[in-house]
Amino acid sequence: MTLLTVLTYPDPQLKIESEPVSKFDDALRIFIADLEQTMRASPGGVGIAAPQVGCTQRIVIVDVSSKPKIQQHGRLILINPEIEQWEGMAKGREGCMSVPDFTGNVIRAERIHLKAQDEFGEFHQYDMQGYEARAVQHECDHLDGLLFLDRLVSRRHDLFPRKKV
Amino acid sequence: MKWYMLTLVGKDRPGIVAHVTSALFEGGCNLGETSMLRLGGNFTIMMMVSFNGNKHALQDMITGVAESLGLQVHIDAIDAKLHQHIEPDVSITVYGADRAGIVAKVTGALSEVGFHILDLESDVGGTEAQPIYVMYIDGKANEGIEAVEATLDLIRQEGIEVHLTPIDTMVG
Ligand SMILES: [Zn+2]
Repeated sequence: MTLLTVLTYPDPQLKIESEPVSKFDDALRIFIADLEQTMRASPGGVGIAAPQVGCTQRIVIVDVSSKPKIQQHGRLILINPEIEQWEGMAKGREGCMSVPDFTGNVIRAERIHLKAQDEFGEFHQYDMQGYEARAVQHECDHLDGLLFLDRLVSRRHDLFPRKKV
Repeated sequence: MKWYMLTLVGKDRPGIVAHVTSALFEGGCNLGETSMLRLGGNFTIMMMVSFNGNKHALQDMITGVAESLGLQVHIDAIDAKLHQHIEPDVSITVYGADRAGIVAKVTGALSEVGFHILDLESDVGGTEAQPIYVMYIDGKANEGIEAVEATLDLIRQEGIEVHLTPIDTMVG
């Protein structure tokens, strides 16, 4: 396996819309293994999208299983992911391997329904919420050439309460 | 390049930031992190300014624009670097009937459990007869969130409402 170089802003490749994956072959699976290793080598990284390493294909990996006490699906390989339903809104803090030394608040849907293929081309459906849903939305944005910087909201003021308490 | 902390205080009016930053830019300064606040019609901004000259030269550069805007200027040479953010991991909101000492009580308790306050803001709502005191704090729980919860429990027993929300920054 190879550690891939993570591109950082203002690399223009981060702003490109990625192409759908059509060939589910060994080359794809080797790339995914490298992409996953790259994600795991980054401290605190719970997700990565192919365009972050300069491959403009609709491939995302998310694994939030290191976070205790949250609902999650473990290691997810999401190819050609499509978020089909959104519900609720929540403000949360995000950072990005492609934007070092900066974090900011972003509003995301609290719950999403997602359709995606795996590395063998099989279709899967997921219902996600909270932190995992946030990670998937952040990574899917990368596939459309969007960074969390494009969605920043005020650091200081809540536009609405963070969560029901 | 040397770093200076430039602090301006005065009555708020439109265009202050634009005028001040233009003067700094034209004088060859670069801005680092800045924070502006407006409180009760008053304006204050703290700016990390990098500048290849001494404090006097910076003072001369800013005096004209500051005087024209009615601002007081304070400049300190500082030992600072960019790219050294401390990430908050806890957000705390506090509210209660307005009374003296609420800030001191809460921040004192937090300080005892090694809580590093990174951002604090307080406000007064309600009515003159029955004010409501609200405070927001973001910070880093250096000795863990459980220690912070435990100390906040003691505060709650005194009739102050305190909510703690972990900030779990998602990096992807
Ligand atoms: Zn990212």
